[in-house]
Amino acid sequence: MGPGILGKKIGMTQVYRANGEVVPVTLLKAGPCVVVQRKTPTVDGYDAAQLGLVEFAKANRVTKPVAGHVKKANAEGVKFMRELPLNGGDLKTGDRVLVDQFKPKDKVDVIGLSKGRGFASLVKRHHFRGGPDSHGSMFHRAPGSIGASSFPSRVFPGMKMAGQMGTTRVTVRNLEVIQVDADDNVLMVKGAVPGPNGGYVVVRPAKK
Amino acid sequence: MNNALLTKVIEKNKRTDLPEFRPGDTIRVHVKIKEGDKERLQAFEGTVIAEHNAGLGKTVTVRKISFGQGVERIFPVNAPVIDHIDVVRTGKVRRAKLYYLRGLKGKAARLRERE
Repeated sequence: MGPGILGKKIGMTQVYRANGEVVPVTLLKAGPCVVVQRKTPTVDGYDAAQLGLVEFAKANRVTKPVAGHVKKANAEGVKFMRELPLNGGDLKTGDRVLVDQFKPKDKVDVIGLSKGRGFASLVKRHHFRGGPDSHGSMFHRAPGSIGASSFPSRVFPGMKMAGQMGTTRVTVRNLEVIQVDADDNVLMVKGAVPGPNGGYVVVRPAKK
Repeated sequence: MNNALLTKVIEKNKRTDLPEFRPGDTIRVHVKIKEGDKERLQAFEGTVIAEHNAGLGKTVTVRKISFGQGVERIFPVNAPVIDHIDVVRTGKVRRAKLYYLRGLKGKAARLRERE
């Protein structure tokens, strides 16, 4: 397998395996990608390729610093870039990176930005059970006690409380590749992938 | 609204070898059944009373009267366990879900043939 690829989440559906098993799948528009910059041990101290997702972004949607950086690799239309580590290999700046590096049954990790849920409280954010809704109950979704009183006179660090939920980087490991469509640059992986449809994702060969 | 690529993938993975049928039609569904290491076909014949259009997960509900007892089976149309489907008879109906047939029996549950 290659270094990995950048893409966008398209949506989910389900397919059948030959033995009749139903597989829930997520479709990813994976690539085409172009190597925007090559990081080498001699210059940068580590070996990596900075990939850019070719999506023909309009010039006025790309900031000038990004446009200038991307122009060096003749990769106009690139907006989303991520570095992927390499171990040697002969990828050069301007090279294309495509989905055909993956084949069915490969395992991949998918990294994305999870859906934002705003300021969420304990039932949603920490799976607290909450109280009964009826039968005279006056305790529904409130947090309850957060600790004792005069001793310790403080709330312990790490206490589960309400706060921002979602819009964080999430990695899902070891998803199975089900189908690869090299013509349309579509990658089909088993299971769910973080983020909304249309969200950017990074696909890399499974680490474990 | 589905993404164009999603639609394309769904179309590509759909089964194309099955005949066209609608609610009201009588169909015979041949299902592959595994018994030990042997495989045989089992047929289920009845009226299509509902379609659930969920892309590749599309199902049809087939109803028949077996020994005076109404029996319904829901088949995943695109699944490979469906060997083939025969359309036995067409039926003219005016709605998509024929759940009203559950309350009818005998002569009242007949459907007129479609031209």
